[in-house]
Amino acid sequence: MPVVNDLSISVATANGSGSASSNNILFKSIFKMGIPCSSKNMFPSNIQGLPTWYQIRANGDGYLGRKDVIDVMVMFNDDTSDKDIYRVRDGGLILYDDTKPLPDELKRDGVQYLGVPANALVQKHVEAGPLRAKQRNMLYVGALAYLFGIDMETIREVLSDTFGNKPAVIESNLLCIELGYNHMKDNGLSQSLSMLEKIPGGNEGKIVTEGNTACALGAIYGGVTFCAWYPITPSSSLAEALERYMPRLRKDQDGKNTYAIIQAEDEIAATNMVAGAGWMGARAMTSTSGPGLSLMNETIGLQYFAEIPGVYFIIQRGGPSTGLPTRTQQADIQLMHVASHGDTRHIILIPHDMKSCFDLGRKSFDLADRFQTPVFVMMDLDLGMNLWGSDPLELVQEPFDRGKVLDADGLEKQGSFARYRDVDGDGVPQRTLPGTEHPLAAYFARGSGHDDQARYSEDEKDYKEVLDRLRRKHDTARAYVPKPLVEVQADVNAGVICFGSSYEAVREARDRLRAAGTETNHLLLRALPLAAEVREFVASHEVIYLMEQNRDGQMAAIFKEEYPEFATKIVSILIYDGLPATAGEIVRQVEEHREAATNGVETKVDESWQKQIASI
Amino acid sequence: MAKANRVDLTEKDYKGAESTMCRGCGHDAISASIMRAFFASSVDPRKVIKLSGIGCSSKTPNYFMNQAFGINAVHGRMASVATGANVGNHSMIPLGISGDGDTSAIGLGNFCHMMRRNVNITYVIENNGVYGLTKGQFSATADEGTVMKGGKINDMPAIDLCELGITLGATYVARSFSGDRKQLAPLIQGAVAHKGTAILDVLSPCVTFNDHSGSTKSLKYIREHLDPLHDIDFIPPYENIEVDYQEGTDQEVTLHDGSRITLHKLGHNYDPTNRMQAVTALHAAVAEHKFLTGLVYLNEERAEFIEDLNLCDTPLAFLDQEAVQPLPDTLDRINAELMK
Repeated sequence: MPVVNDLSISVATANGSGSASSNNILFKSIFKMGIPCSSKNMFPSNIQGLPTWYQIRANGDGYLGRKDVIDVMVMFNDDTSDKDIYRVRDGGLILYDDTKPLPDELKRDGVQYLGVPANALVQKHVEAGPLRAKQRNMLYVGALAYLFGIDMETIREVLSDTFGNKPAVIESNLLCIELGYNHMKDNGLSQSLSMLEKIPGGNEGKIVTEGNTACALGAIYGGVTFCAWYPITPSSSLAEALERYMPRLRKDQDGKNTYAIIQAEDEIAATNMVAGAGWMGARAMTSTSGPGLSLMNETIGLQYFAEIPGVYFIIQRGGPSTGLPTRTQQADIQLMHVASHGDTRHIILIPHDMKSCFDLGRKSFDLADRFQTPVFVMMDLDLGMNLWGSDPLELVQEPFDRGKVLDADGLEKQGSFARYRDVDGDGVPQRTLPGTEHPLAAYFARGSGHDDQARYSEDEKDYKEVLDRLRRKHDTARAYVPKPLVEVQADVNAGVICFGSSYEAVREARDRLRAAGTETNHLLLRALPLAAEVREFVASHEVIYLMEQNRDGQMAAIFKEEYPEFATKIVSILIYDGLPATAGEIVRQVEEHREAATNGVETKVDESWQKQIASI
Repeated sequence: MAKANRVDLTEKDYKGAESTMCRGCGHDAISASIMRAFFASSVDPRKVIKLSGIGCSSKTPNYFMNQAFGINAVHGRMASVATGANVGNHSMIPLGISGDGDTSAIGLGNFCHMMRRNVNITYVIENNGVYGLTKGQFSATADEGTVMKGGKINDMPAIDLCELGITLGATYVARSFSGDRKQLAPLIQGAVAHKGTAILDVLSPCVTFNDHSGSTKSLKYIREHLDPLHDIDFIPPYENIEVDYQEGTDQEVTLHDGSRITLHKLGHNYDPTNRMQAVTALHAAVAEHKFLTGLVYLNEERAEFIEDLNLCDTPLAFLDQEAVQPLPDTLDRINAELMK
């Protein structure tokens, strides 16, 4: 009896060969069957020719992180076949194009090989033309559909959803899918790994989208009016989603735009445009990834010091330098946290799924206005660019928080105004917007030293006062940023903390650990600065497994700095190969640590932290 | 009682904090021309935003129009900040002050793209050919062959910001001299009235680091090499003055807001709306070691940036929640589309 609804398929093709379309049909068909599923696109930084892998996971239990093993390898890229045959697990299946016989060096033991003569079939049945090579990929969709039980009716529906008003495109794709389907059927080919079975009502009412789209929609509902950006993977699709939705959603009664989107000449221009628009009072944003963030640093400091709001969507990719532009990582945390020279601290919001991309994308503008400072929305490629099934996006209906903006009436009533004065003791000063017609309104914003009335000052007292107030303001934000989501049971001594796209893999890893006898509590971190609840969680556990996707434990370093007294209980679980995290690797690292701890082996604790603790 | 202008303000209302420039600095003279121009055109300082980058020149917005909002941003990026500010609230009148280091070196790229977009701004470059705050290094507008204090000779050609402006899309391009208030003030008035990028490259001698013999930006050298294209008058739209207009030697251009610029020709037979002639004249002037001054180029045809963006009339900064947040059932529709 094959297992039901537990399957991972990796499709190996060449970039630009049209596989994006066939992979999308395959994924959406499984989704339409009601089976929880996810897709991870491991694509190259290239337009045509370099290898790409698309990994789909279907899992009846609802685990959507990348699966540790590949059950099925669709071997449609000759350039990577010699390695692809070893990527599939023992006992797995390789589907290949058997138009030509499989060379001996691509044969290995312990896996099943099934062939579909994709090239031969498209040559025979599809008219010669530029599309023929692309149509070839639809053959594996059909072959897999037959082998794993995706019915043609579902595929037809997906084709119609996807290509709605283009019947010719639907027909030509359907033809190729059927060719693959019928070839397997007519030749009596089958497999015994796993079958896909419809789950009635499963995925009903669910949407499929990427985090970048959800963030863009969040920004629109958050009232963004200004976006300046520069194309960079993996963030471009966020600004492009704005370009797609804004013309539809944001026209006034005269058909004029209630927004502006500017493709800037570089990220330096983009961030400075955001500063200019934010200074005027427009809800302004940009989206970028690591290299862009590096370039933006100077102006982020200006916005911090002159207290100008702005929202930065940062879609992280593999660094340093150009790094792996099309792979995922969480390695720009510290670059965001203390972006720019001098003493800075920034607010960072961390979505972990489609709904929170939307919600925090919206909320970020309120926080930027409230705290008159850059606010980061920390994303990564996995969350931003891969397709995720999700409950529908949900709008929390609440009035915009424009923060402490004084208009002409407010100024008149108050009778005085000092731009950088801590009037309320929370570190957050009052602000006026250019265009406010009142003799008290104007002030001079500057990145140079200033006093509380925004006057140029090199006076040490003035300077320190501003620096200290900014720190106070940051501390005030602790109570305003999204609280962590905490799952706690009594008498559990191990806590797991994660954030962002790691959430799904961590959820699965904890279930596996539980099955193996290790209970853990969990905290999903949703923002910096760390809220009081985070401290409580760390304090109340003996060991904290802090999972993140970078080499150096960047978030762990922030925790250790904030909670030096707890530094030694923080154990980093680190995945940083550029691929989306898997539960198996998390379990392995946790178990390795527990074993070492049980056997009394010295675990990896950073000595400099021990010294620091000793000095406290 | 001091004379008031049409918005009931006196010259005093156009003043700022006391200048911290060196005594005799050309920049202070430019500030004075700015105050005079804005007063004469009856522009309410509360409708003005002052923007600058880093450097001596960038400090000067503090020294005029203290009722205007101002921002002193990072080095070289004022052009981009101004672009964002103009789009964020297009009802304000942007006045950018920059220097030759700020504009022609570190910020050259962003400056180019501001002009390419034709962002509505009066962009003044206080051009002295040196870095003053860092004590006298050459900037990218230092002329070939000019000598630094201490004897170092500049081997590279200067970047001609006016020529660059004409090439890249600026629609009002002028060169002037800080000491020529009679020419500079009307050029500023014209720039403010103009919709689009107005570049004012103003020679402004640095009395501390670039006023020695051998320097091509010394007060003496500049004065000896000035070559004005024309005498210039600016007439605001509300003034019905008939200027003594000489057929054949005078040229009058009407700007979008109805104000007029009258050019009284001097030695040159020069038409600033002729782009090719403008570029040729600039080249010839460099070859002859002359500083051509006046309104070098004007294009009233090209749309300004916010028109290209099809922006709504209410400034983006003042749109309320109702105007910008789509309705909840619109989200339902979007969700339904994402189910496909």
